Amino acid sequence: MKSVRKLVDKVKPNFEKGGKLHFLHSFFDAFETFLFVPDKVTHKGAHIRDAIDMKRTMILVVVALFPAFLFGIWNTGYQHFLSTGAEAGFWETVVYGLWKVIPLYIVAYAVGIGIEVIIAQINKHEVNEGVFVSAFLIPLLLPADIPLWMVALATGFAVLIGKEVFGGTGMNILNPALLARAFLFFAYPSWMSGDKVWVSGIMRGDVPVDGFTGATPLAQAASGSSSFVDVVGNQLSTFDLIVGAIPGSIGETSKIAILLGAGLLLFTGIGNWRIMFSMLAGGIISGVLMNVFAVNSFMAIPWYDHLLIGSFLFGMVFMATDPVTAAQTNKGKYIYGFLIGVMVIIIRILNPAYPEGTMLAILLMNVFAPLIDHYVVQANINRRMKRMKKIKA
Amino acid sequence: MSHIKISRGLNIRLQGEAVNEIIVHNHKAASIGISPCEFPGLVSKPALQPGEKLAVGSVVFYDKYQPDVKFVSPVSGVLSEIVRGEKRKILYYLITPDDSTDFVNFNIPDINTCSRDEVVSFLCASGYWPAFVRRPFGTIPGPAENPDSIFVSFIDTAPLAPDYEFLMADKTEALQQAFLLIAKLCSTKVQVGLAKDSRLADALSKTGVVDIHYVSGPHPAGNVGTLINKIRPLNKGEVIFTIHPNDLLSIGITLKTGRYHAERVVALTGSELKQTGYVKTILGANVQGLIEKNLVQPDVRVVSGNVLTGINTGLNGYLGFKHAQITVIPEGKKYEMLGWIMPGFNKFSMSHTYFSWLFRNKKYRIDTNLKGGHRNYVITGEYEKVCPLDIYPQQLIKAIIVKDIDKMEQLGIYEVLEEDLALCEFVCTSKTEVQSILREGLDLMRSEMS
Repeated sequence: MKSVRKLVDKVKPNFEKGGKLHFLHSFFDAFETFLFVPDKVTHKGAHIRDAIDMKRTMILVVVALFPAFLFGIWNTGYQHFLSTGAEAGFWETVVYGLWKVIPLYIVAYAVGIGIEVIIAQINKHEVNEGVFVSAFLIPLLLPADIPLWMVALATGFAVLIGKEVFGGTGMNILNPALLARAFLFFAYPSWMSGDKVWVSGIMRGDVPVDGFTGATPLAQAASGSSSFVDVVGNQLSTFDLIVGAIPGSIGETSKIAILLGAGLLLFTGIGNWRIMFSMLAGGIISGVLMNVFAVNSFMAIPWYDHLLIGSFLFGMVFMATDPVTAAQTNKGKYIYGFLIGVMVIIIRILNPAYPEGTMLAILLMNVFAPLIDHYVVQANINRRMKRMKKIKA
Repeated sequence: MSHIKISRGLNIRLQGEAVNEIIVHNHKAASIGISPCEFPGLVSKPALQPGEKLAVGSVVFYDKYQPDVKFVSPVSGVLSEIVRGEKRKILYYLITPDDSTDFVNFNIPDINTCSRDEVVSFLCASGYWPAFVRRPFGTIPGPAENPDSIFVSFIDTAPLAPDYEFLMADKTEALQQAFLLIAKLCSTKVQVGLAKDSRLADALSKTGVVDIHYVSGPHPAGNVGTLINKIRPLNKGEVIFTIHPNDLLSIGITLKTGRYHAERVVALTGSELKQTGYVKTILGANVQGLIEKNLVQPDVRVVSGNVLTGINTGLNGYLGFKHAQITVIPEGKKYEMLGWIMPGFNKFSMSHTYFSWLFRNKKYRIDTNLKGGHRNYVITGEYEKVCPLDIYPQQLIKAIIVKDIDKMEQLGIYEVLEEDLALCEFVCTSKTEVQSILREGLDLMRSEMS
């Protein structure tokens, strides 16, 4: 450890003011604080501080995403070989998945961190860790076959227009990762929706087996079928939906992996239980209401299936809980989460254009979160004003 | 009488609690330092020149804008130096004590018959007036000001705080006298916060001028600001005085002896001390003699007061006017490799992000490292977990950052002082300097209103 420190100290002057490499200052700083918690001490206010910081928080979110990431890699390979009918062992499946998924990550990270470092250099602040989470999330929201240049474009759009123009991490209104997905969804719908994109290889022209259907369970539900089948037409049970060996975006399919992540987020307190709980409640309540007043087969889909198809759970655990774009007050979080849950089901069922509602519901409520907070805080202000009047009278 | 149970808050479990024992009975300080900087908004004016002689109770300096507000010498000796900083701002008045025992004799009012004006002039003349803290803003009140209420808290829940029950149980008579006196400043009863099973309760309620409130819960339950917020939250235009129990005790003793009582029993605490406990010393005393030979290791920070709100005085510093404890903690100027990814069994955190949270009773040796870099606000809801007041701390701090005066007022800036939000600063993931931001906001409001 000491030798690493010595090396860092030795090269450090080059990056400081007047040094040859000063233009890489932010990058060096990010790298140094990645290796070492800085030696900065408190100089005003409280003399001791809580051990938590942004790096710890963000790394735990990435850790929480890992089960979904790993399952996504395997499932990418599994869906591919299932659709082509080729025999493949576990490792072959994983290698195929890695071959498809890792490039997406390389592109997302290179673009995301590249922009972040440049902006940090221009604005003279430290590199914010938020981009590590955003860049980790973006590929998980996409189909595995998405062209890399689209990932680069979407990541650039999300980080630059979604975040940096507002002032960087902490200032953004919309969740950057969801914004990247929404950007692709509306800019390149042929790569982001339909029955061909969700299984790797089909768009590239791999010939699928007879009876192939690449529709996700959600798309099947939207088209009016009351039971779900996998890519080769086998019936899918509720258990299959939970395990998640089904077509879909890379990270959303396995409910077990998502719930493992949810467990870590709740255990560490980083993911807000109020939002998760109320979004779940909103989804269940509106799902039950749809069942009660069902006039078509999509409305009659059992409410619990709504939690298992599409990206409801993934959105609930990882996207809605983003503290920057969610409501900030505790009461506001209940309202915010509940309305997301309701909106997901409404957009899914009552909107004829596109079945997936989670992304749009969360983005919509991102926009409304400040309004919700405004009314919650205003209630506190009104209480204070009323108290004053009472005493004056 | 009422019971107040606080649930939102945090006890920072530090090593080095003071044992209930007086370990130094008669500390003779080599020098005495009084800092006007401890009092927000105070512009001090020296009453005499360096080199002139002082008795116990003679005026050292006074408030330039309210000359009746005087600060008196805790010892007899010589005003040795007036230490100035940038723009000739006075940082310290240093006094070198001598062996003489000269003192100023004050006229003691008869607490049964005296008028409010007599009480005020006694407190001003005897140098006790600056012990009052005026809310809003935390300044020294004007002698002409009428408070809507007076609050005293006899529990200190801050990390490693002294135990007032231990310090005051046998001094109830002086406290009673002091309460009878200060009750005359205000038309309502004095509001007092006590620990649940306090031994002081009977003696204090006998005076007939106090309302007793039993307070329990984690820090900041013992803060006088919490007590105020739970009993009668401060509204715009109102004024509340608060006073520290130590100062009340001194007032009570002066009422009997007629001379300024500068003795303080102070808790010596912190993980870097070999022996912790209470020491009898003098207000403003140089702390070096108390600590130097008691250190576990030399790389320490000496804090006058507690670790959340105290002042970094350095090893050669002075006991602050408002402080009842000295805390010695390790400095943290060192790098830690990949510290943010380690399991962290030895890291204290309110969050559950380090495994240490599984050990609910473990005590920690926490150094002064900032433990991260400053960021924009990202995490929400963590301030609310440690703030029992009926306000939105994060929204208030944001309003102060953008200098939105109307919003600050609406969000309740009058109800808080730095100490009330000190825990928010401790837990902040983004390492926001909450206390200094709040002070800027308070100063801005004060200048807008005058």
